[in-house]
Amino acid sequence: MRGGARFHAGAAAVLALGYAATHLVGNEYYFFAGYTVLQYVVLATAWNILGGYTGYVNFGAAGFFAVGAYTVVALGKLTGWPLPALLPAAAVVSGLLGLAAGWLTLRLRGVYFAIATLALAIVLETAVTNWDYVGGAAGAFVVRPREAPLFTSYVAWLFWLMLALAVLAVCAARAVETSRLGRGLAAVRDDEQAAESAGVPTLRLKLAAAGLSGMLMGLAGAPLVYYTSYIDPLSAFNLEYAVNSVAMPMIGGTATWLGPVVGAVLIGSLQQAATVTISSELNLLIVGAVLIVFVVAAPEGVVGLARRLLARRRR
Amino acid sequence: MSGGALVSIEGVTKRFGGFVALDGVSLAIAPGERVGLIGPNGSGKTTLINCVGGALNADAGRVLFDGRDVTRLPAHRRARLGIARSFQIPRPFAGMTCLENLAVPLEYAAGMRGRAAVEREARAVLESVGLDARAADGAGALTQVDMRKLELARALAARPRVLIVDEAMAGLAPAEVDDILALLRRFNDDGIAIVMIEHIMRAVMGFSERVAVLDAGRLIAEGAPGAVMRSPDVERAYLGE
Repeated sequence: MRGGARFHAGAAAVLALGYAATHLVGNEYYFFAGYTVLQYVVLATAWNILGGYTGYVNFGAAGFFAVGAYTVVALGKLTGWPLPALLPAAAVVSGLLGLAAGWLTLRLRGVYFAIATLALAIVLETAVTNWDYVGGAAGAFVVRPREAPLFTSYVAWLFWLMLALAVLAVCAARAVETSRLGRGLAAVRDDEQAAESAGVPTLRLKLAAAGLSGMLMGLAGAPLVYYTSYIDPLSAFNLEYAVNSVAMPMIGGTATWLGPVVGAVLIGSLQQAATVTISSELNLLIVGAVLIVFVVAAPEGVVGLARRLLARRRR
Repeated sequence: MSGGALVSIEGVTKRFGGFVALDGVSLAIAPGERVGLIGPNGSGKTTLINCVGGALNADAGRVLFDGRDVTRLPAHRRARLGIARSFQIPRPFAGMTCLENLAVPLEYAAGMRGRAAVEREARAVLESVGLDARAADGAGALTQVDMRKLELARALAARPRVLIVDEAMAGLAPAEVDDILALLRRFNDDGIAIVMIEHIMRAVMGFSERVAVLDAGRLIAEGAPGAVMRSPDVERAYLGE
């Protein structure tokens, strides 16, 4: 597995470079912006495991994301534990939610599944809005610690933490993609009945994909309250998360792990630039416009387009 | 009869709402046997094999495979036990290459492990159906006859003991029909029982050792090809009174 060794060396290098950057870069704005972009790398990668590899379009990414965030709020309030200790809980809760939602909805195909996931997010939002322990509709505050050991500031640590989660998500996606599981999921995507008769336990594989996808989405949301100091249901369940999670993989390309990363970095950076220079109101407009261009002109995404052009040049 | 039978269908009934698609059908298939399943359109042939393969569950009756009750098993479990089928309209994994199409049943139904071994075996199966030149091509871009062959190859890669072939030859040219028949004959020589659903009489009568006739969800005749075709019930089913 030379490709595998090279990939993991690259992942380790990204983590080391990211850590070095937190000591070399003085302006905290870059960590704030970088955090947001990396959060979308996690969300897009997570979405792609179910949406791209398996062919089930999940419009409820905001729900899983917010459940991760609120697990940290609730358990943090209950126990007073620091963020790193709360992350596994967020992963477990959102992973179980993915499994449960999958169990209920993965017998539905196509647009029915998409509607069910959208409904799930709305149900969850209503539940959290009415849950007083985590602040209900008024939201919850967390005082962000000033410093973190080994890091120059808490924001720098949050940035690096999200980088580590992004690396984790991409490693997981790549592992799925290159494994027997990935081949089974691809068979499900292409033709579920044919997959069954080829011996593929389709429901079990779909549940695995839904659980893993939900878990990673929850992890993406877990540090949110430390990043913003304040969350309420409206911001945590924001439509923007759901739309970006779907659009970024589609723009980058859904066939491989690289697509969602490219899409998230591209669109995420564009949105950050627009937020500073023009207005954050433009974020959804940007993603919508770019998505339309890609769906019409390059449905296989940036990665697919690049591959095709490279293949043509070689010929 | 079910003592030595590989597949034993016992009184299988299937309803869709008020419509009775299968009405107490019983049929046994011996190991290595070649059985033709014929009948007019809508007589329940595909429903019957869906109940055997697991795409549908019978409402009443049992399906035994090698003496084991598989009536309620999901399709993938039946595929692992050794029941393979091809689909009337080919359903290739269109996003994969031909080679990858075969890797799926090899890994999942036949339980093979190790990338190199799976690929070697997939190549061997492709070669045995004459598709080795298309190994790296996308399965969605094949010609009709090649798609039928891929469909059979994918069923073969599941290492079945019985292969149910649902109209694998419909719409093919005579020479292509002979191609497919030769393939099925070879699979059968390797000990795989074949159940052939077919409208091309020349093909199914020449191939089968035994023919079963369905009409309106009922088994109306069963026996040697020549005798079955002379049966008045069968004549009535096909030609009317």
